[in-house]
Amino acid sequence: MKKVLLSLFIIVSFLIYALRQKGGNSSVSNNQTGSLNNGIPSTVLGNSTSANMNYKEGTYTGSTVDAFYGNVQVQIVIKSGRIADVQFLQYPNDRSRSIEISNAVMSMLRKEAIQAQSAQVDIVSGASDTSQAFIQSLDSALIKANSN
Amino acid sequence: MKKTKLLWGMPITVEIVDEDVSKKDVDSVYEYFHYIDKVFSPYKKESEVTKINLHLISEKDYSDDIKTVLALCEDTKQKTNGHFDVYRYGKLDPSGFVKGWAINEAYKMLKKRGFKNFYIDAGGDIQVSGKNKEGHNWIIGIRNPFNRYENVKILKINEEGVATSGTYIRGQHIYNPFLPSQKLTDVVSFTVIGPNIYEADRFATAAFVMQEKGIYFIEKLKGFEGYMIDKFGISTSTSGFDKYVYDKKN
Repeated sequence: MKKVLLSLFIIVSFLIYALRQKGGNSSVSNNQTGSLNNGIPSTVLGNSTSANMNYKEGTYTGSTVDAFYGNVQVQIVIKSGRIADVQFLQYPNDRSRSIEISNAVMSMLRKEAIQAQSAQVDIVSGASDTSQAFIQSLDSALIKANSN
Repeated sequence: MKKTKLLWGMPITVEIVDEDVSKKDVDSVYEYFHYIDKVFSPYKKESEVTKINLHLISEKDYSDDIKTVLALCEDTKQKTNGHFDVYRYGKLDPSGFVKGWAINEAYKMLKKRGFKNFYIDAGGDIQVSGKNKEGHNWIIGIRNPFNRYENVKILKINEEGVATSGTYIRGQHIYNPFLPSQKLTDVVSFTVIGPNIYEADRFATAAFVMQEKGIYFIEKLKGFEGYMIDKFGISTSTSGFDKYVYDKKN
């Protein structure tokens, strides 16, 4: 009985997932382009970095910063004194972005579509990242936005 | 007391909750990590690993730490059927292995100093001990590999190690020893919870190299649980993983 329920669950989650993919408004694929192609959501940066600062309108390129496994370089767009957009000019990433449905291997292991969780955490586990290099490059772009 | 420093090219955070902690205790962890970097970094001209690769040191003159790590690497290679190998194109590069091992050594150091409640986090590889500031088990988020501002699972951990392997953020720094030039792209994030960070880290790396088959490997390992995310945003978890998943009720 348990097996039947589990396989049903897997099939249903796959169907939902496939439909969402087809519709093109899956939260997962949105996140993918949102985080990599457009850099950081501007709301996040707008709140944290540009508080009480009035930057001059324009586009500024940050310095290239070595992030151990590759370089990070950002470009920012300032509009009305705030960061309107951040683009990655360089990023140590060569993950294939092509989306194709592979032949999924069914298993007894639990499969589910990932979903954002809102609970407060003490620590975050993830692949070692380049955040420090990102902040350095962003800082140098902001200095330019201040002095120009 | 909580401190974050940039070391090994990544942010490293040490938090000790116990009251009798001094700055010296926290700094001892960073001093140890500095020493590790000096011995093991293949990117530093003067490191022992660089000298070994340049054949400037013969095997009988290897330091004890190098000997220990090489023996552990060999052990890991066997336990993972060759999916973990610190020799890449004939050159020794144990940097992926040393991180988890060194965090675990630092954890043991802090334990010896009498601390009970703390954690060490090096670039997302974590060893926790005891309880957090609120007196609860440590709450750990697994980062969304597609959006660094989101967590996709929340864990509750007491004395274990949690390691996540992935190529997403840093590009290809992990490789398949059997096919060194092949890109690992189907699985983008592999998290392993184990009895300590050394064990969790070495098996997370190997499981990531195995890609989709990695979850079966972890399922079979006693005392370990795994959670992998593929490039479509579908996660697969081992059968006992849920016991670590944070539930607000408990």
